[in-house]
Amino acid sequence: MNVSEAGRVPQLVSEGGSAIDEHLNAIWETPKGFLGALSSVDHKRIGIRYIVTAFIFLIAGGIEALLMRLQLAHSDLKLLSPEAYNQLFTMHGFTMIFLYAGPVLSGFSNYLWPLLLGSRDMAFPRLNALSYWIFLLAGLFLYASFPLGLAPNAGWFNYPPLSGKEFNPGPNIDFYLLGLIFLGISTTVGAANFLVSLLRTRAPGMSINRLPILVWGTLTASVGNLLAVPAVSLACVLLFADRQFGTHFFEVEAHGQPLLWQHLFWMFGHPWVYAIVLPALGIVSDALPTFCRRPLVGYTPVALATVATMIVGFGVWLHHMFATGMPMLSLAFFSAASLVITIPSAVSTFAWIATIWTGKPVLTTSFLFLSSFIILFVIGGVSGVMTGAVPFDFQLTDTYFVVAHLHYVLIGINVFPVVGGIYYWFPKMTGRMMSERLGRWNFWTMFLGFNIGFFPMHIVGLMGMPRRIYTYAPGLGWDTINLITTIGSFAFAVGILLFLVNLGVSLRRGKPAGANPWDAPTLEWSVPSPVPAYNFAVIPLVASRHPLWEERLNESPERSSLNAGYLLNQGRETLATTVLDAEPDLILKMPGDSLAPLILALALGLLFVGLIVHSAAVTGAAALGTAVAILVWLWPQRSLGQVAEPHHV
Amino acid sequence: MSELALRERVLPIGSFGRKSSGWFGVWTLVLTETAIFAYLLFSYFYLDSQANGDWPLGGVPSLKLALPNTFILLLSSAALIWAERSGARRGRRWQLLGGLALSLILGIVFVIVQLREWQGKPFSVRSGTYGSSYFTVTGFHLAHVVVGLLILLALFVWALRGYFDPQRHAPLTIGAIYWHFVDVVWLIVFTALYIVPRFR
Repeated sequence: MNVSEAGRVPQLVSEGGSAIDEHLNAIWETPKGFLGALSSVDHKRIGIRYIVTAFIFLIAGGIEALLMRLQLAHSDLKLLSPEAYNQLFTMHGFTMIFLYAGPVLSGFSNYLWPLLLGSRDMAFPRLNALSYWIFLLAGLFLYASFPLGLAPNAGWFNYPPLSGKEFNPGPNIDFYLLGLIFLGISTTVGAANFLVSLLRTRAPGMSINRLPILVWGTLTASVGNLLAVPAVSLACVLLFADRQFGTHFFEVEAHGQPLLWQHLFWMFGHPWVYAIVLPALGIVSDALPTFCRRPLVGYTPVALATVATMIVGFGVWLHHMFATGMPMLSLAFFSAASLVITIPSAVSTFAWIATIWTGKPVLTTSFLFLSSFIILFVIGGVSGVMTGAVPFDFQLTDTYFVVAHLHYVLIGINVFPVVGGIYYWFPKMTGRMMSERLGRWNFWTMFLGFNIGFFPMHIVGLMGMPRRIYTYAPGLGWDTINLITTIGSFAFAVGILLFLVNLGVSLRRGKPAGANPWDAPTLEWSVPSPVPAYNFAVIPLVASRHPLWEERLNESPERSSLNAGYLLNQGRETLATTVLDAEPDLILKMPGDSLAPLILALALGLLFVGLIVHSAAVTGAAALGTAVAILVWLWPQRSLGQVAEPHHV
Repeated sequence: MSELALRERVLPIGSFGRKSSGWFGVWTLVLTETAIFAYLLFSYFYLDSQANGDWPLGGVPSLKLALPNTFILLLSSAALIWAERSGARRGRRWQLLGGLALSLILGIVFVIVQLREWQGKPFSVRSGTYGSSYFTVTGFHLAHVVVGLLILLALFVWALRGYFDPQRHAPLTIGAIYWHFVDVVWLIVFTALYIVPRFR
């Protein structure tokens, strides 16, 4: 093998074979053992780790919620102290929004992205591992505050002056601020990786009008994250400076502006809402048609609606601040912009309904989750439109109506598609089918539990119950509704438990799946389940949006080529294609497994530990370690074609 | 079989300038960093709009050091362009090394002058919202300059070790984009903090 050559004609093969598979496997497979696990950069392993870790955080956040529901089951209960309650609802919100909802979708996209695009890995495999390790460490960093009794306690959006030094002198808020900055690095590098992978590593022929909607969703979310995450990271830096270095950004006495925090937070927060729902909508748009036995109705409008939602989503942040005393003109503008978002949402909704209507639905568990999502999406959307109207919001802001709305959005639009997506892709990930029988129980418990638990919150909100109170007086007429809510939330938790049981049982005893158990149309179903380390033995050639349904759809005489194409086998290689037309452009040399991502993540983690314990020595040493780790990582390597050939010099 | 049939042609292997993944990657970095500075300046102007008369603290900031320093940073970028265009791309080793060294030195001068500028301020980071904003905005930028200098240093060492030739010098192309970005950001920060207050 001569990797020092500057170029070559890649070998074309007309058929894969076991000799090719074995050779590629030897190149791509992560060595077994502990060290192998720590150094793997395989996007499939990283994706599954992301999903598993996010679910562990979901369980933690769920237990926090159940504790709160016990406390609220009846008036005047003394199960939790006010301080414990504050910490619980803050950690619950932070966990579900930042440690579950975003990362679980990153997990799906990490696992699926190269498989959907027809590539062997992400554009930056080591960066992919780094984003996972930072996510894990940031979550652990935040949760380290819990056993100390010092968890953040000012709500998940952490408004000053309550979160300022004066009213919150302990390290609780510092855990929040540093944890969120740390996590932001993970989100940012992950987003950059998705974006570059999309631009560079699509299979030949995978033009943008052939991308699965999940890719559109994650692409939109990634660009959104690159532009939005800096707002909240900056806000956290400024508040940390206020608390530790005596600046005055948010301090009222020195003429600082608490509202500045709200602006920065929601400039991030609203695009983030779309970042944690658009890829989930993509899951629905890709998986639902498979069970309807037809392509998605209105591919182009749905793809455009995805992008349009995010663009408008950058101009609506003020609707979280209607009650702060803004000028009427801004209220009117932001209210109008918020209502405009119903248009792209309705486009997608009608596309899904039309897909079911004109298809021949197969009522699998996955289908139940994905189709019931549409109902929850409409309920959460309508309550969103209601609170998007200024007078209505004046009445309902900070009540349980908003809590109901945001849970319909986050559970309805994130958890239901995610669980449906796992039923759909579990066979691909593990090679085994999940139990459909247990799946029915799983679905109906979750669906009924969720609606029993959360729908009444609308009503108690309309009756005036404020959110974030640790208890309430008897005689307000809230007791019965709160008891129903508590019962519903426990039923929902049982549903989640059944899901976990199904995962465990199916992992061991599920029926073998085969490559394409659902007879699905997209590229990931053309390779064996579980997917080999190298993904595709030959880089596929894509001729349509549904490479595996071309014969029956017969939309054009062209056919994708899945077995014949470029064989790139001189070390870890994949194909780079041009941005617009996806024509072969270059052979990418991919880095192998490496401990560098873990080491860099640990060095960065130590940096944040140094900051929380106020140790200049630890912080300084960690900063130095971080710089050295980055330098070693980026040192040009001959094997990756990053260094000039000796004879040129 | 189809019009997609692959042509048998030579494809380059590995990192090549604008075809390298890193080139695309650094643009995503520029995108997200641009957003950081946009939010930072939003905060600056927001606090400005809410201030009661003490903005900017101590009067309009002097251009005595800041203006020449701006030109120093611009020259540093020019030296880097020279290192890449007439050094690396044409395989002229001493121009590559000389350009990089000049860029590095001018960058260091910028940092020293900027620290002098800070010393001369009659207020501190604790002096009201203006003091906090001034030092945070310029501090964010200065931190980026320091990171840029570390990148230039690494590029210099790699150039010294003969890693770059007319075909392969993607790290140089990528590092240069970051350095020019830091330069452009300074022009915006400079305009916002030093020029805008003169027009009201």
